[in-house]
Amino acid sequence: MRILVVGGGMGGTILANNLARRLSGEIKAGKASITMLSASDKHMYQPGLLYVAVGKMTPDELYRDQVSLLESSITFRVDPVTKFNLKENNVVTESGKQYDYDVIVISTGSRAHAEGTPGLNENAAQFYTESDAVKMFKTLQNFEGGKVVVAVGVPHKCPMAPLEITFMLADYFKERGIWDKVQLHYTYPIGRVHSLEPVAKWAQPEFDRLGITYETLFNMKEVTPNKVLSEEGTEEEYDLLVTVPAHKGMQVIEDSDLGPGGFIPTNRTRLNIEGYENAFVIGDTTNLPISKAGSTAHFEAEALAENIASTIKIGTPVRDYDGKVFCFIEAGEGKATYAMFNYQNPPDPKAPTKGIHWFKTAYNKMYWASARGLL
Amino acid sequence: MSERKLVDAKNTFCPGPLMELIGQMKMAEIGDELEILSTDQGSANDIPEWINKVGHEMVESFEKEGVWHIVVKKTK
Repeated sequence: MRILVVGGGMGGTILANNLARRLSGEIKAGKASITMLSASDKHMYQPGLLYVAVGKMTPDELYRDQVSLLESSITFRVDPVTKFNLKENNVVTESGKQYDYDVIVISTGSRAHAEGTPGLNENAAQFYTESDAVKMFKTLQNFEGGKVVVAVGVPHKCPMAPLEITFMLADYFKERGIWDKVQLHYTYPIGRVHSLEPVAKWAQPEFDRLGITYETLFNMKEVTPNKVLSEEGTEEEYDLLVTVPAHKGMQVIEDSDLGPGGFIPTNRTRLNIEGYENAFVIGDTTNLPISKAGSTAHFEAEALAENIASTIKIGTPVRDYDGKVFCFIEAGEGKATYAMFNYQNPPDPKAPTKGIHWFKTAYNKMYWASARGLL
Repeated sequence: MSERKLVDAKNTFCPGPLMELIGQMKMAEIGDELEILSTDQGSANDIPEWINKVGHEMVESFEKEGVWHIVVKKTK
């Protein structure tokens, strides 16, 4: 049984490690193999970019060698896929090799697609790559006051990022002693300040308390050097624009005709690609209407690894992915809270505490144990 | 060629039906119809509000067996 995992981010790594342990006997006996193909020999802790953008972490803290995170029984290759041939059960890679498989798991992730919004790259700060996060921090360092606008594209990775960056910006300006010279204005695509209603009900009074103004039903359409224009026909002038750009899946997904926007039609409980019994998708690459977040990839990876292993051992999957998502929410002022939910149960976030903030800070370091499948 | 696409956002809380629709509208062609399924009663109000504000067309909205079916047409 040849299992091919494409993508070495959080979902792919947790899945491959989990599967390697469950199938250790089969692998030793030569009855199963796991190969991972990735675009990089490094693994990035992506949530750390938020902290880099406000000077709370440096990029070197965000990386580990991918091979150091993987079980030794996994064959790892830096050789990104250039073409998926699902009907033929193979992929072709950048090196020109063909990898045949019996089971494939696609976990190639998503990327900020700033170029989809005219003027965004030229005029706005963003934090979804190392270079953008560092550049944003340097921009903040040179900012001496004025109107700061936060604008959000759809879809985007990490649903809490818009709120978190806003609260962290408030903290940053306070620490610099220039909060009284800053007007912080938050915009959001739907009719409340966050997609999760209980989170919106908590965040809006927090904005009021802190003097952060907000505008809803604001979808970025275009950015000029001093204004951001919305699909809804409104516009906001700014001195500094901080953005969460709209995201897309990877280009290879579109090039292989697997899904529009790079997001693959996926069964919401079994995580197989619609129409295929041996091809699965996890993490941001799915088209599921759930949060694009590391925790989503994590919980999907655990469920899918169990099902792939059980199918090999007893011929059938044993559980459904229940839509579980867990997101920390950095709330500023040294506090944090979290939202946990699944397909059936809505979130019920509690008041932010310093304890949860410190747990999140610890998790920024413990992530590597999580990727190894130990946490 | 215009077509109707189904967007199943039943039993999802984040990003939620409206955010899901906004993302799908970006990828749709002018003239396409999208039918979004939602178990969130609030969708019956906030989706039409957004459609009206942006200037797309509401085709129909109805509730059947606890699921809201909201059909919109991309016009620009």
